[in-house]
Amino acid sequence: MTALVIAEHNNQTLNAATLNAAAAAARLSGGFDVLVAGHNCGAVATQAAAIAGVGKVLVADAAQYAHALAENLAPLVVSIAGGYSHLLTASTANGKNAMPRIAAMLDVAQLSDIIGVVSDDTFVRPIYAGNVLATVQSTDRIKAITVRTTGFDAIAATGGTGTIENIAVQADAGLSTFVSEELTKSSRPELAAADIIVSGGRGVGSAENFAIIEKLADLLGAAVGASRAAVDAGYVPNDYQVGQTGKCVAPTLYVAVGISGAIQHLAGMKDSKVIVAINKDEEAPIFQVADYGLVGDLFKEVPALCEALAK
Amino acid sequence: MKILVAVKRAIDYNVKARPKADGSGVELANVKMAMNPFDEIAVEEAIRLQEAGKAGEIVAVSIGPAASQETLRTAMAMGADRGVLVQTDDEVQPLAVAKLLKAIVEREQPGMVILGKQAIDDDSNQTGQMLAGLLGWAQGTFACNVAPEGDSLAVKREVDGGLQSIKLKMPAVVTADLRLNEPRYVKLPNIMKAKKKPLDTLTPAELGVDITPRLKLLKVAEPPARAGGVKVADVQELVAKLRNEAKVI
Repeated sequence: MTALVIAEHNNQTLNAATLNAAAAAARLSGGFDVLVAGHNCGAVATQAAAIAGVGKVLVADAAQYAHALAENLAPLVVSIAGGYSHLLTASTANGKNAMPRIAAMLDVAQLSDIIGVVSDDTFVRPIYAGNVLATVQSTDRIKAITVRTTGFDAIAATGGTGTIENIAVQADAGLSTFVSEELTKSSRPELAAADIIVSGGRGVGSAENFAIIEKLADLLGAAVGASRAAVDAGYVPNDYQVGQTGKCVAPTLYVAVGISGAIQHLAGMKDSKVIVAINKDEEAPIFQVADYGLVGDLFKEVPALCEALAK
Repeated sequence: MKILVAVKRAIDYNVKARPKADGSGVELANVKMAMNPFDEIAVEEAIRLQEAGKAGEIVAVSIGPAASQETLRTAMAMGADRGVLVQTDDEVQPLAVAKLLKAIVEREQPGMVILGKQAIDDDSNQTGQMLAGLLGWAQGTFACNVAPEGDSLAVKREVDGGLQSIKLKMPAVVTADLRLNEPRYVKLPNIMKAKKKPLDTLTPAELGVDITPRLKLLKVAEPPARAGGVKVADVQELVAKLRNEAKVI
């Protein structure tokens, strides 16, 4: 049977995380369709139809789907779930919000944050902050799955010839309303999709000092991340947090500055290809996962690194 | 408004979990356990709402073995008024936890349920959303601010790009994110007082809930370890390594 991938988008652009979820779906035996639920989201449907290997693109276009509220999205997915063996979404804030509600309404378990597909009913997922990998088999008729994006290379965004089909929408559940959002504006690459990330921790010391992290990031064309300690201290906004309960990232290069390397932080970045750590404490756990460690004062080393890179 | 808070006994957040030698599960013998940190934040939020005059009784619920009583006592030492333990030694997966909590909600009729957004053992991040789905209630997940306003609830949520504000119809389910509050330290006199607070024990059978696991754990393993790295002497060496050896810049 076919799998259904729930698209992540902002009504204009398909979020790249959907391509990772589709890549997991493509590893299953039955092919996959994509659901685009949104408002005035025709452009997203067109992009979804171009995903390599997609079957149908189901579109539910109505005001109540504009902000992916779980109370409205879940009944919609439940109304069409009977035709599918698997429901997948990326482990984004929206995906993590909606999928368990969908699973419970269908009376099926959810497999969270899978990083591997063993077979149509067996999957690998990290538990205990990624210190243990569990191989888990589902006995349910429908497998509800969230996909850790770093676990699957994105499927091609072009080349697909999906057929776009409008589906019946459900009435607004009347349980929740969107009020507003404060999105962090940045000209830098998106953290979840960046090739290089420079992260700062408690050692950076203040919001003002984060400018030196940002300067290094800009020289490298990198995104800026942070440890929980730096976010809790108010140096940077919450969406910068990398870790067990923040964002999981796996860039080509991850530079950890003034980050000690708590288990919870390592959980979110230890799958990076190359890790650099700059920390004045040579005993800091971050050095155990770093490919290149530089013991020193970040306020001296980071400006020096910027200078060396500019050469 | 009565508030129900769900708390889980989980591995202490400072402990690094390891698989058992035979790969059948995670080694938990003689491992330090504590209240799931996100659940502490949930308990704290309930208490703050009560202190602000916006909530009445706070009932803490835990599901698990007899030792989960300790977790409930901690919640009561923080300020919860009483505890309910749904006692079982069997594995209880998130869907079954949500069904048990639904049964408790039907008994207790709270106006709000607050839970941690995820437990740091199985990292599922499911229970609150599942409970809301089973009850047909609104859900305010990953909350960093909660404000009751008459018969609705204003929730600010931590989302991928920043923050989102939503308004929910009450009753509602809220799941706590890290920045919702900073849980208080428990004082010794309160630990003594908590021992006298009522704690009821129920079983899944008494609640009429089938907790049979839907997911079979086939094996656990340690992730591939990263090969040990090297220390570099200075930034010049670092840049040279990144350019010529790793070839990532």
